[in-house]
Amino acid sequence: MTTTFDKFFTFLFYRKGLAIFLLLAPLLIWLGVVYLGSLFTLLIQSFFSIDSFSGVIKREFTLESYYDLFRQSTNWDIIIRTTTMAFTVTLVSAIIAFPIAYYMAMYAGPKLKPVLYLGVMLPLWSSYLVKVYSWKLIMAKEGILTWFLEELGLLHVLDVVLSLPVIGGTSLSFSYIGMFLVFVYIWLPYMILPIQASLERIPKSLLEASSDLGGGPAQTFRKVVLPLAFPGVVAGSIFTFSLTLGDYIIPTIIGNSSYFIGMAVYTHQGTAGNIPLAAAFSVIPIIIMMVYLMIAKRLGAFDAL
Amino acid sequence: MPSKWNFGTIGLKIATVLGFLFIHIPIFIIIMYAFSTDEKTFQFPLPGFTLKWFGVAWERNDIWEAIILSSQVATVSTVMAIILGTLACLAVYRSKFFGREVISFLVILPIALPGIVTGISLRSAMSLFGIPFSTWTIVIAHATFCIVTVYNNVLARLRRSSHSMVEASMDLGANPWQTFRFVILPNIATALLAGGMLSFALSFDEVIVTTFTAGQQSTVPIWMLTEFIRPRQRPVTNVVAVFVILVTTLPILVAYYLTKEDEGGKK
Repeated sequence: MTTTFDKFFTFLFYRKGLAIFLLLAPLLIWLGVVYLGSLFTLLIQSFFSIDSFSGVIKREFTLESYYDLFRQSTNWDIIIRTTTMAFTVTLVSAIIAFPIAYYMAMYAGPKLKPVLYLGVMLPLWSSYLVKVYSWKLIMAKEGILTWFLEELGLLHVLDVVLSLPVIGGTSLSFSYIGMFLVFVYIWLPYMILPIQASLERIPKSLLEASSDLGGGPAQTFRKVVLPLAFPGVVAGSIFTFSLTLGDYIIPTIIGNSSYFIGMAVYTHQGTAGNIPLAAAFSVIPIIIMMVYLMIAKRLGAFDAL
Repeated sequence: MPSKWNFGTIGLKIATVLGFLFIHIPIFIIIMYAFSTDEKTFQFPLPGFTLKWFGVAWERNDIWEAIILSSQVATVSTVMAIILGTLACLAVYRSKFFGREVISFLVILPIALPGIVTGISLRSAMSLFGIPFSTWTIVIAHATFCIVTVYNNVLARLRRSSHSMVEASMDLGANPWQTFRFVILPNIATALLAGGMLSFALSFDEVIVTTFTAGQQSTVPIWMLTEFIRPRQRPVTNVVAVFVILVTTLPILVAYYLTKEDEGGKK
């Protein structure tokens, strides 16, 4: 048995092209057929329509679903709401992440560095759903945050925040602020790591050169560090933006039950059984992400991943 | 670095400490709540501590079923991801043909696109071709996004290991299979294990794609999601949450230590 096996391997070894082909074939078949194939069927289904009486999907080319999608102003609201949230979450995550990443890359000693790295990795990988749930506990009316603010005598601040128009609500766990907080919390590590990696790659000699040439710390930071770290920020923003755009768990568990793209897709395909409309809806984040990725590539984010 | 680089170091330290508190405290809070005697609300400070809910959770069949299903799905998906990912890495790491970047892009796409897109795509394809939902449809979905962890880990290791060992092995008369078995495989073993661990954790915790590709069955995350929306026994959910934290973070620690020498070798 071993000999045939050996012979087969040796046979392949001298036919590089064939060997590479055979090694790649399973992956290409899998991702090509299962994944790209599915994306393609999704796209096709978005051009089907649903019979409003029988609920049967008509397999003929039509733009009806897209017409349905864009005709209703509520759908526009959903798209704008989701994109605004994704954008705000990305921006704030970057602002919070940068100093942390900067400290990790520039100041932490060789002993502290791996500890900090692991400290960011563990929350990133520990259960997504559990983390969302823990915020539900924290922000609940009788929960830990209320208690904490009460002890500090700051409960009225929470009331003021919650009484703000649009972003406020009955309690933090039923408001945009709460949802925003959870999004930032969940995706923050995805932002810290690429920024830290890009800061690590800046040669220390460049900083010294800048200082030798008379650049002050602020000037060096602005003219040397920031431009070199920027691709890392963009790389991190791909995750925070894309993940917020597609998430439907956080808006389901936390928030005031106003719709986000993910929830709309889920409802249309599930309870409504309208796969064509759900498909058309999910083409929106694909297009937004494609535009985003193109801009990110221009800004050099892929070299920083 | 000269001392004038230390501008604002204190501010940075404070920002880092606050940032770390922010990302760690919620996890400790959930662990704490699993021991609470409070049944109905999320009352804080906790009225008392008990181990009772661990016993109650242990007795629940629906929890065991979810855990078994999740473990099965994660195991099979990981094995598939290891096979597909490793074979592709072996083809890719030494060659600089046009397809290499295409493959890296293809592998990362299922996690780069929003989960909802991956989920609805697979579901719409399954419904179009009349594939009934089963454990296998979940496995197909999970394997698709698990490949990336194995692929990236193994490829990084292969790139860092020197090719001269392979050449030496061939010069000394080993055939290609022996070279793979005794030189390449031991070299990539820990990277494979690390990639596999990450893949298992990824699959065990995935919820968005799973909601689209599962039928009536619940994996652990689906079970939890149902409990969040329609709670039956809140303390039991807290216990399961602690269990899930353990299952998803322990593999990460193991994977970290397995690939640590990689990181060191880079510098």
